[in-house]
Amino acid sequence: MSTDTWPLWEVFVRSRRGLSHTHAGSLHAPDAEMALRNARDLYTRRMEGVSLWVVPSTAITASSPDEKDPFFEPAADKPYRHPTFYEIPEGVKHL
Amino acid sequence: MTAGTAGTAMTARAPGTDAADAAAQAAREAVFDAAVAADERIEPRDWMPEAYRATLVRQIAQHAHSEIIGMQPEANWITRAPSLRRKAILMAKVQDEAGHGLYLYSAAETLGVSRDELLDKLHTGRQKYSSIFNYPTLTWADVGAIGWLVDGAAITNQVPLCRCSYGPYARAMVRVCKEESFHQRQGYEALLALSRGTEAQHAMAQDAVNRWWWPSLMMFGPPDDESAHSARSMAWKIKRHSNDELRQRFVDIAAPQAEALGLTLPDPDLKWNEERGHHDFGPIDWTEFRDVLKGNGPCNEQRITQRRRAHEDGTWVREAAAAHARKHTAQPGEAQA
Repeated sequence: MSTDTWPLWEVFVRSRRGLSHTHAGSLHAPDAEMALRNARDLYTRRMEGVSLWVVPSTAITASSPDEKDPFFEPAADKPYRHPTFYEIPEGVKHL
Repeated sequence: MTAGTAGTAMTARAPGTDAADAAAQAAREAVFDAAVAADERIEPRDWMPEAYRATLVRQIAQHAHSEIIGMQPEANWITRAPSLRRKAILMAKVQDEAGHGLYLYSAAETLGVSRDELLDKLHTGRQKYSSIFNYPTLTWADVGAIGWLVDGAAITNQVPLCRCSYGPYARAMVRVCKEESFHQRQGYEALLALSRGTEAQHAMAQDAVNRWWWPSLMMFGPPDDESAHSARSMAWKIKRHSNDELRQRFVDIAAPQAEALGLTLPDPDLKWNEERGHHDFGPIDWTEFRDVLKGNGPCNEQRITQRRRAHEDGTWVREAAAAHARKHTAQPGEAQA
């Protein structure tokens, strides 16, 4: 039995209450409970987190790097979605 | 995200399109080159030249191996640490080294190699670790000297790696560098305590520094004109500074630190050069470096034997954990106590 048969988990850490969990890294573990314990030892040795998520890497669906341009292109020609697109006369406040 | 590498889809090759293939290949290379030139990061599922991938696997694996082999010389002193405070610190440090190894193995895995494959290569001598860990820790002062000099040299090497062109490696290094700072400071503090202690303690500190200084300078690798892969790694922005440049930086940092410790560095040629704005230092014995690298250092055999034994002794734990996981996934309805 090798660690190869231990699935890969992605670890997400909430650094403090009020913030979202962010990806910290990955690790191998035989099951979810061990993944959580390993994640605590590996990614929160210095109080980096108040909450942990572990997710099997295989459960993640990612966009393909190859279709990067067409996939994200629709957002590129819509600058009117940003507040800086609009011209407001000088002196107008709270806008 | 480590999950990345599996998803590289291969499209079926249309026959007779060598020219089209070549054009597609050139386009992929252009995208890669442009990303590196623009100081963007390369991520696991991006196309990358095979030699870039191979270089990273070799470097990250060697780095990971160094972290876990590096646990041994220091763990040697855990049971004999002079106080509970020093013992707790040393345990935390050795645990950090294990953590650093794991961050780095994860980074290597994003390049399509498995952890077992890497460990096997370490255990059979097909991949190396830093030759510094083939020197013995003879006294308690060695723990201090390792923290100050070996970790200090490692930090000098690693800080620029936080900007390495390969994303997962750079991210691992950010984490490692944050933690290394404690390693270096605890070593310095331990040496300072000895240096200001009794005459015998001071002598012990000086002896440790005498033994670790030159091997620490060797950690930066061979001189620039003999370093086989340096130029290419720098073009790829895996490496940001040359070996000699980093070595000089380290000497300039360490010399005044030694003075503050009240210890001397074992180099009669070491002196400030006003003109260069750097310290001059004596020639390094590269014969010793190559000899240790070849396997003839004082502890090469012991380090690998102990690593293999630790791995083998852990087999039953890995098997039991996997069996437990299998049992519980097989019966999902079963209540978990």
